[in-house]
Amino acid sequence: MNKPMRRVGIAMITMVVLLLVNITYIQVVKADDYRTDSRNQRVLLDQYSRQRGSIVSQYDGQVLADVVATNDKLKFERRYTDGPMYAPVTGYYSVRYGSGGLERAEDDILNGEDPRLFVRRLSDMVTGRDPRGGNVQLTINPAVQAALYNAMTSKGYTGAAVAMNPKTGEILGMVSTPSYDPNALASHDSTAQQEAWTQFADDPKEPMLNRAISQTYPPGSTFKLLVAAAELENGATADTPVSNAPNVQLPGTRTTLENYGGAACPGTTFKEALAHSCNVPFATFAGQLGADKLNQIAVNFGIGTPLSIPMNVAPSSLGEMDSQAALYQSGIGQRDVRLTPLQDLMLSATIANGGMAMKPQLIKKLLAPDLSDLETFSPQELTGTPALSAANAAVLRDMMIASEANTKGGGKRANIQIASKTGTAEHGTDPKSTPPHAWYTAFAPAADPQIAVAVIVESGGNRGLEATGGTVAAEIGRAAINAQLGGG
Amino acid sequence: MSQPPLSDQAASIYATNPPRDMPTRRGTELAMLGFAAFIVTCAFVLVQANQEQELSWSIVWYGLAYLGLFSVAHAAVRKWAAYADPLILPCVALLNGLGLVMIYRIDLANAEKATQASKDFTADAPKQVLFTALALALFLAVLILVKDHRTLTRYGYTAGLAGMVALALPALLPSSLSEVNGAKVWLKLPGFSIQPAEFSKILLMIFFASFLVAKRDLFMIAGRKVFGVELPRARDLGPLLIAAGVCLLVLVFEKDLGTSLLLFGIVLVMLYVATERAIWVVTGLSFFIVGCLIAYQLFTHVEQRVANWIDPLETYSDPGGGYQIAQGLFGLGTGGVGGTGLGAGRPEIVPESNTDFITAGLGEELGFVGLAAILMIYLLLATRGMRSALAVRDTFGKLLGCGLSFAIVMQVFVIVGGVTKLIPMTGITTPFLSYGGSSLLANYILVALLLRISDAARRPAQKPRPKQPQQQAPLAEAHTVMVQRPPAGGNPTGEPTA
Repeated sequence: MNKPMRRVGIAMITMVVLLLVNITYIQVVKADDYRTDSRNQRVLLDQYSRQRGSIVSQYDGQVLADVVATNDKLKFERRYTDGPMYAPVTGYYSVRYGSGGLERAEDDILNGEDPRLFVRRLSDMVTGRDPRGGNVQLTINPAVQAALYNAMTSKGYTGAAVAMNPKTGEILGMVSTPSYDPNALASHDSTAQQEAWTQFADDPKEPMLNRAISQTYPPGSTFKLLVAAAELENGATADTPVSNAPNVQLPGTRTTLENYGGAACPGTTFKEALAHSCNVPFATFAGQLGADKLNQIAVNFGIGTPLSIPMNVAPSSLGEMDSQAALYQSGIGQRDVRLTPLQDLMLSATIANGGMAMKPQLIKKLLAPDLSDLETFSPQELTGTPALSAANAAVLRDMMIASEANTKGGGKRANIQIASKTGTAEHGTDPKSTPPHAWYTAFAPAADPQIAVAVIVESGGNRGLEATGGTVAAEIGRAAINAQLGGG
Repeated sequence: MSQPPLSDQAASIYATNPPRDMPTRRGTELAMLGFAAFIVTCAFVLVQANQEQELSWSIVWYGLAYLGLFSVAHAAVRKWAAYADPLILPCVALLNGLGLVMIYRIDLANAEKATQASKDFTADAPKQVLFTALALALFLAVLILVKDHRTLTRYGYTAGLAGMVALALPALLPSSLSEVNGAKVWLKLPGFSIQPAEFSKILLMIFFASFLVAKRDLFMIAGRKVFGVELPRARDLGPLLIAAGVCLLVLVFEKDLGTSLLLFGIVLVMLYVATERAIWVVTGLSFFIVGCLIAYQLFTHVEQRVANWIDPLETYSDPGGGYQIAQGLFGLGTGGVGGTGLGAGRPEIVPESNTDFITAGLGEELGFVGLAAILMIYLLLATRGMRSALAVRDTFGKLLGCGLSFAIVMQVFVIVGGVTKLIPMTGITTPFLSYGGSSLLANYILVALLLRISDAARRPAQKPRPKQPQQQAPLAEAHTVMVQRPPAGGNPTGEPTA
């Protein structure tokens, strides 16, 4: 009987060896797959219970997002200062719904997993201190952000506004309205979190959409800045004569393209055409320049260049422009031309910076938990090639100063010289009876630009069909300029 | 009669086990128990340290309870099974202790969860200590009552019947008395519940061993040749087949696939060892495969288990799907080679983390290294049992010892294999580690029997002779001895008639 018993003994050993081989496979070979599976809450819970780094402004170190200690399993809860105001900047951070915006883009720094924080984490492990995440310092100026946000929300506008330093590309303010409160998503009360998410996600006004960088719009007349730049580069001057006809027939069609209100252009020079935002000359310019020249200059304004600030920016585009008629319509920022508000801002910012587009950047510095520097942002040229020459930029600037002089709307200050361009963009399936988008893009002071700003108020704001860039959007842009330049 | 008369018992021991000089090795056992206690204490301290709790008095209480219980067990073995294998009890103590630490650790996590949800929470660890105490009482009772394992042969059929009744009882009783969490394998008594299947597996092993020993010769000699294979006569095999068949049927109806797999494996192994014919294993496995195919067709829950086994991530969010196994695998994966450290993982995420899935928790916190070590302890325990079974001379002892040892590995294989996706998941307990009274009680009985067999295997036929010859009393001082009068007309040798 001993022989079969010995065999049973061998069978027992074999069974245990089988188990060992299998757990080797699971815990050694497949371990990483299982560990990093999105449904494995363990790693996530570890990150969530680590003290997440703060998001602060470079101005006075104002804190936009930090954590408060809680006594539950997650240990720390995310808190946002002025949540809705800064939501397009900070994004959100939720245990249940993950993260969005900057919280996601800089997650590795904030949760401390960035390789640059590795040595510190190691020493934290040795010293027994709980590992913490690094901090992110933003270029945002709270005064500009607040001015933009308050101006947009006080009238209940839907839209976006962005401001940046044209010389460095530092984004000074980025607002999207209506907004949402990321604090509600960061709540550790899972019911509250869920309710907030459902509320935001189901809202037809899409409060969680960052309109400043994730949404593209027809830029309307603000696009004339690009056409004007191309025309100047093509040899035109401010005094080049232009047609003052009230309308022009689109080549190859029976459709006509009118000036705003169907009026004749008050001037007959290029400069006056921009100052009065006459459509006919710019449609004609675009037709003469052709798609290639427009696209060529567009690249150096940033259109079609993939961009992240570090959040990804939706690509802007001029569209096909495959016929003269298409060129005519594109020349005034209609048809298939689609820009993000940030890209629209870059039109004026590039002109403000003497023709060189700077790479927009939201982050000033990455800091270790102990506030030592990990990386400091330095201004970068976007493509390295100027969109237009400094001389032509100066010409265009003067044309924009004239345009500002013709622009209505409140918020003007005598002591600040602004260069601007408005836009009133038709959109929708029935453009004539859909309230237009109101645009305003500007920089100031014109002589030594410190801030450039772009504003879009969707669908006419509170003016409906009567809305224009000047009456609706300009005031908002000027508020930001005043805030930045100390005009209050 | 030239030889001094031996007592009946001594004579039989002599017959099965000629005298050898065997050290008792009780000192080794004590040292190894101390080692187990040291490891368990360290584990406790680690849990508390990692949970950022202050070292509390609970350590002392659990530690004292642990030490007290196993001191009693050691003393009992010293007294009633002095020659038993010295490694069996320490292995059990270590496993039991690690299980206790893990249950305590999961208690901490669940208590915190309950506090957050402001619910009531009752800890399982104190109950497990109580179960351990009860189990050790039973262990003691078995050691004391079963002085010689061969006496169990007398109760072979009784044990078989009792085992079958115990197995069938939950199936026959109404659900209100037998169902807990959807598993109809319980016997709910006022105040407590037990899983009778845990006990019937031991009763049935006793039955199979005694039956097979009694019929062994018949199996091997009488029979017909079918396809060149000698099959025993149906009437010889009948009771065994009926018993095994009934067991399996009952279990299939109770949907307790794990226990039926376990019993099937044990019966197969005991049959193989008794008959020494591999053909039984082949036949048995063929039947098993056919049975599996039928079960797969008939029962949706079997189909579900197989689907979860093939890819638990695929069926992750299905009701009754792979969520539990997937979470177990996530835990094991997160633990990796070295583990997260005791108290630093999140084993409580896995449902039933302190019963069926306790090895997933141990694998997460102790890593591959720790889990492998635990499997090796089981293997050590089982091989020590098997060694005793090999050494013991009586066939019943051999067969029972072999069955008991194999049962340990088989249980581990079924449950750990299920948790680690080696085989489809079937819910049984992990011996000594899992939370649960019935399992602990039954497995301590199993170990008591194993120790008894091992004691018989190593015990010399007579008490060891005193080192120095005893001083013979002078003949003059010797007292008179009454000589029994032979019965009238009895046999002259004085031997009892059969």
